[in-house]
Amino acid sequence: MNTSPLLEINELKTYFYVKAGTVKAVDGVNLKLDSGVKMGLVGESGSGKTTMALAIMRMIKPPGTIEGKIFLEGVDLVSLTEEDMRKTRLSQIAMIPQGAMNSLNPVMRIKDQILDGMFDHGLELGRNEKKERIEKLLQIVELPDKVSKMYPHELSGGMKQRVCVAIAISLLPKILIADEPTSALDVVIQRQVMETITRLVNELNLSMILIGHDMGLMAQSVDRLAVMYAGKIAEIGVVKDMFADPLHPYTQLLISSLPALGKRGVFQGIPGIPPSVINPPPGCLFSARCPKVIAGVCEVINPPLVEIKPGRFVACHLYDVGGAQ
Amino acid sequence: MTPLMELRNVTKVFGGNVNSPNATVALDNMSFTIEVDFPHIITIAGESGSGKSTMMMLLLNLYEPTMGSVLYNGRDVRTLKKDEVLDFRRNVQAVFQDPFAVYNPFYKVDNLISIPIKNFKLAKNKRAAYELMNSALTRVGLRPEETLGRFPHQLSGGQRQRIAVARALILQPKLLIADEPVSMVDASLRATILKQIRELNQELKIPVLYITHDLTTAYHVSDYIIVLYHGSVMEAGDVEVVIRQPKHPYTQLLVNSIPWPDPNHLWGEAAESIKGARSTGHQGCKFAPRCPQAFAPCLESKPPLFRNEGVHASACFLYQGGEVVNQDDIRSLFR
Repeated sequence: MNTSPLLEINELKTYFYVKAGTVKAVDGVNLKLDSGVKMGLVGESGSGKTTMALAIMRMIKPPGTIEGKIFLEGVDLVSLTEEDMRKTRLSQIAMIPQGAMNSLNPVMRIKDQILDGMFDHGLELGRNEKKERIEKLLQIVELPDKVSKMYPHELSGGMKQRVCVAIAISLLPKILIADEPTSALDVVIQRQVMETITRLVNELNLSMILIGHDMGLMAQSVDRLAVMYAGKIAEIGVVKDMFADPLHPYTQLLISSLPALGKRGVFQGIPGIPPSVINPPPGCLFSARCPKVIAGVCEVINPPLVEIKPGRFVACHLYDVGGAQ
Repeated sequence: MTPLMELRNVTKVFGGNVNSPNATVALDNMSFTIEVDFPHIITIAGESGSGKSTMMMLLLNLYEPTMGSVLYNGRDVRTLKKDEVLDFRRNVQAVFQDPFAVYNPFYKVDNLISIPIKNFKLAKNKRAAYELMNSALTRVGLRPEETLGRFPHQLSGGQRQRIAVARALILQPKLLIADEPVSMVDASLRATILKQIRELNQELKIPVLYITHDLTTAYHVSDYIIVLYHGSVMEAGDVEVVIRQPKHPYTQLLVNSIPWPDPNHLWGEAAESIKGARSTGHQGCKFAPRCPQAFAPCLESKPPLFRNEGVHASACFLYQGGEVVNQDDIRSLFR
């Protein structure tokens, strides 16, 4: 098969030029997303996951800048005009931002908020069509019809989150970016909302980028997983391989710090604190915390992201050709 | 021996009194004791709205019970005299959920630790106070030179939460109540903070109440667990037994909803995704409207706690026939 990926990100850089220096929030990310694939993006707070999502949506505001290329079906989003980009959002790529449920307008009925995006994209619908569309969308996200006439304060957190999902898929985008869609919900509701999202992504054949720091949720929901650290991708692979055989020392620590239903009281955090990405030093930014650091190499040379097996990428000197395994 | 703290038939109702139609019963006739000579970590678990945070607020005397009483050393907390209040405030310490909200952004973080030292006269002079702050911070794994003198916005959520733990410990309390201490902290730091709480519990021999909806961390950090639903105890017992072999359908739902970090251990297909029906207009089990195994008796009366085996009891008619554990005597399960 010789198909180009749905989304291809080349050397994406999002820098913020501030007084204290240059904040390299996203620093040279390469990523491919195929059609119908659910990709997870994990990392600590401040690792640049959300910034990268906003960069894909081209919603970075000054002093931030976007460099690099983001191809969506061969069209470079970075070079689109503002008007074309506006049309692309929601209809081609839609995002459920972090804390989306608090972004609903408190004085607008749910149905008007769902229709808002459609109107903005020039969809003209008759009264019955509107009603049908809303009913259909609410049905997809498993909400009762009566919700359409309600206001946000009448809904629970889980229901509001479902409304945000309905808005995001209202124009049937190709890619859905969900930024911590369940972070404020408790376990039972989290599972229900996540199951709904996974089901509709499969049914509507969308691609998804799921952002979060909960590895458990990733294990349950995605096909491929990308681990981000300090603005760079540390490792990408199929989720099962990543859990079974993590290659990057950071991924290894991340996975061993997870509480599983095994022996009780076995706890291991990741020592140290994430580095600052303001004027970062050269070399691998994880080297200061890395248990397997190669002295004289890691602090000096930044490891590139290399494909060491088909579909498996890692950025670490341990896997350099001819390097120590 | 008088327990350190006791909830005696406490009911807390919001939005009216017990008989108001729109009132929310946050905690329903709860009795529980905490003893100094039982220095274990006890988890209070449940979904949002289960009453777990209400229980904490009652124990801290930040809410007044609608019915029943909260006792400290056998005395109602509402009738404590001024010096007794100070003693209570010192001995019962809390760590709150949001490490961003507990700090005043205009003050350096030192303030959070130095105020209790001043108020309770823990140090003779400035130097001794500084030493005390240093040792408390070191104990929770922070480097004092990297934390003291900074403003809250210069520190990460994990660092701030650890300072909050250090603050609680500087007072050498007799009870620590932690309300979702790691829910707003990065996953990689959760393990570190929980491990520290565990170590402190073992070193200082103080009981800890760990309030959470996250059963995975509860499983690893605590010894015993109480599962609440709409203000009533559904299941209680040894944490290993309750989480590995949950008996109550509600606990089973919670355990089945845990996103295990293992792509080979997925949420079951047979998602008994019980929708959140929340009618409580009947006299029976509160969970019955959502329960996949509900049968006639569930709608008629409230199930008492039936003892399963030794250290484990479930408030569910499926286990009828077991010895009935008195609601006032949940503590008897924890042995």
